[in-house]
Amino acid sequence: MTLQEIKDVLRCEDLCGEAALHSEVKTVFAADLLSDVLAYAKQGTLLLTGITNQQVVRTAEMLELLAIIFVRGKRPDAETINLAKSKNIPMLTTKYILFETCGRLYNCGLRGCIESVKDDTAR
Amino acid sequence: MIQPANDVLLEKVYSVKGGNFLKAGEVSSKIKKVLKEIGIPDEKIRRLSIASFEAEMNVVCYAKIGIMLLSINHHKIKLTVEDVGNGIEDIALAMQEGYSTATEEIREMGFGAGMGLPNIKKNVDDFHIESTAGKGTRLEISITLKNLM
Repeated sequence: MTLQEIKDVLRCEDLCGEAALHSEVKTVFAADLLSDVLAYAKQGTLLLTGITNQQVVRTAEMLELLAIIFVRGKRPDAETINLAKSKNIPMLTTKYILFETCGRLYNCGLRGCIESVKDDTAR
Repeated sequence: MIQPANDVLLEKVYSVKGGNFLKAGEVSSKIKKVLKEIGIPDEKIRRLSIASFEAEMNVVCYAKIGIMLLSINHHKIKLTVEDVGNGIEDIALAMQEGYSTATEEIREMGFGAGMGLPNIKKNVDDFHIESTAGKGTRLEISITLKNLM
């Protein structure tokens, strides 16, 4: 599934990185705890989160995540968007709540980058 | 085997200011760039970047000031993070997943889940930590390169 298809399913608005919309999304991780994102998210994963500070961009940079989608209509400030632009990290925002966002993507066939914490192997 | 001092290929020192949440992660970003430039394998860069970012966040969250020393030779990438700050009362406890002394401010940013040190250890090949409560912490981590370079 491409980022563009996800954008359509979730009725997202682009914040930056429109050029990467053709990228293929294989796995997803969702959390509002960056500590957990750093511990469990895998390279190339799409991140769903409600955290909009600059550290979310840094986290995505360090983990080499594919893109960030902010849920619940949240949007980062201009400085954070500029940081993401400079790091080539696509960011989008959806009005759906996290549960609905996950459910809709799961319905489309997407899966978590790990299934559970006891099974910490990359998909 | 003991390596002579001139074995070092690259050495860089960065300073990190405690409490500067807005800049937190900048040093790790610079380190990542350096590692990419000299052609370290991606998987190793990624592991060191995660560890470095967690360690940098620890300095920002719990110390007044810290330095991060990146040292690379043919055999390993070593990162030493030394700070003047709160220190850690009980390292064994701090190494347990879920244990945290984070403030509300830190938690609101999405950190302080008690995953930092365990996650650093998980991502590196060698991990040493020493700390004096009320004084500061010294963390020494490295990732082995000898099989690839």
